[in-house]
Amino acid sequence: MITIKNLYKSFGKLQVLKGINCHISPQEVVCIIGPSGSGKSTLLRCVNQLEKPDSGTVNIDGIELTSPNTDINKVRQQVGMVFQHFNLFPHRTTLENITMAPVVIKKTNKAGAQQIARELLRKVGLSDKDDVYPAQLSGGQKQRVAIARALAMQPKVMLFDEPTSALDPEMVGEVLEVMKDLAKEGMTMMVVTHEMGFAREVGQRVLFMDEGLIVEENTPQQIFENPTNPRTQTFLSKVL
Amino acid sequence: MQFWHLNIFAINILQPILDSNGFQLVIHNMGNFLHGTLLTLEITALSVLFGMFLGLLAALLKMSRYKVLSIPGILYIDFFRGTPLFVQILLFYFGILPLVFDATSFEAAVIVCSLNSGAYIAEIVRAGIQAVDKGQMEAARSLGMNNFQAMWHVILPQAYKIVIPPMVNEFIAMLKDTSLVAVIGAEELTHSGRILVSVTYEAAWIWGTVALIYLLLTRALSMLGDYLERRLATE
Ligand SMILES: Nc1ncnc2c1ncn2[C@@H]1O[C@H](COP(=O)(O)OP(=O)(O)O)[C@@H](O)[C@H]1O
Ligand SMILES: [Mg+2]
Repeated sequence: MITIKNLYKSFGKLQVLKGINCHISPQEVVCIIGPSGSGKSTLLRCVNQLEKPDSGTVNIDGIELTSPNTDINKVRQQVGMVFQHFNLFPHRTTLENITMAPVVIKKTNKAGAQQIARELLRKVGLSDKDDVYPAQLSGGQKQRVAIARALAMQPKVMLFDEPTSALDPEMVGEVLEVMKDLAKEGMTMMVVTHEMGFAREVGQRVLFMDEGLIVEENTPQQIFENPTNPRTQTFLSKVL
Repeated sequence: MQFWHLNIFAINILQPILDSNGFQLVIHNMGNFLHGTLLTLEITALSVLFGMFLGLLAALLKMSRYKVLSIPGILYIDFFRGTPLFVQILLFYFGILPLVFDATSFEAAVIVCSLNSGAYIAEIVRAGIQAVDKGQMEAARSLGMNNFQAMWHVILPQAYKIVIPPMVNEFIAMLKDTSLVAVIGAEELTHSGRILVSVTYEAAWIWGTVALIYLLLTRALSMLGDYLERRLATE
């Protein structure tokens, strides 16, 4: 589903990705862990080309993203992204946040888009919040709307960049529940997270990143119980 | 006691003014002042209206990643902000427009003022767009919107609130600056003043009235601006 080969990315002199290789199969849930600044967000953002890599390739479902002939907007429609800080559109209601992309991009008719949006709001447990503005929602509710907004484009892949890091602890669970449901439905997911419990329970594979490289990758069980790389061991001893 | 004071004021100060030749002239020529005022408002309104389209376009051009787009945007904005409006008026009326078509002084005034206003509005719009959180553009693009769709549906609707107060200031500045088009004989308030002074020789009265009218207009606009700002703040 996603194949990343030899991905390099620098910001000025700072080399952030130093040759990333990985493959993600359809319906797989891959969690990415690692210390802050190790390049996790940058990797995720290269997958939907919010950042342009310096070299290397990203291939999604047979489409080479880095090729100049690729219509990146088309590809992004297939790749949903959920941000740490939600980035909901504050000038639109939750329902409008969800219908906007299908209406604007796919020219879905409004009634149809609304029906899908209500369905998605029910799925994330916010049926009663269709008519409110993002400012009136709690952090956990905002993030659930953001997930619904991304799902409205019916993506094949979902990218999550620390979706619960900006939340008060009591709201983390409700967002993780929604993500678990999504994983159960067979969504292909790349999840950058500090929630080791989630990685263990839902992740089929865990990638440990440090200083721009995938240092170790394995099943959650192996990574958490028998980490082989000393850097993984050090990191896990701090967070677990 | 108070009435008595008022009486003294009316007889000794007000009455001589009302009787003065200058005041009578101002009253008598009120129609000319109003005509000039209307044209001033018309030129200003048209210029700011066209300026908004030009400004939005120029701002988007200037922010483009592509040099073929950004360079024309930058050149346009820099030229009209970096040269005096007075010179622009002369250059276009006497130099450039005659090569293109036979513009009346009113048309020339609107064209030059629109171009000038557009350059200032471009910078206002650009500042407004840049004040919108970067995550908004990223969220829109990550959904698959192209740059234009993201601008139109996500960024601009949020930028407009930031843009309104400086836009009101631009409107006020333009209203005052249109006085410069009197030099090419475009009929507006300052031009009316010039004509009236040349036939009456009452410079103090006529120019005083012209100044007062400008002051009333700019005050009214800035009150409107304050009102809008307060309404946006509570929204
Ligand atoms: N747009 C950017 N410009 C410059 N430096 C950046 C930019 N984005 C990220 N970085 C830097 O790249 C490094 C990796 O960042 P990031 O991918 O966000 O790490 P992580 O998500 O693992 O914490 C950090 O040192 C960060 O400061
Ligand atoms: Mg990050």
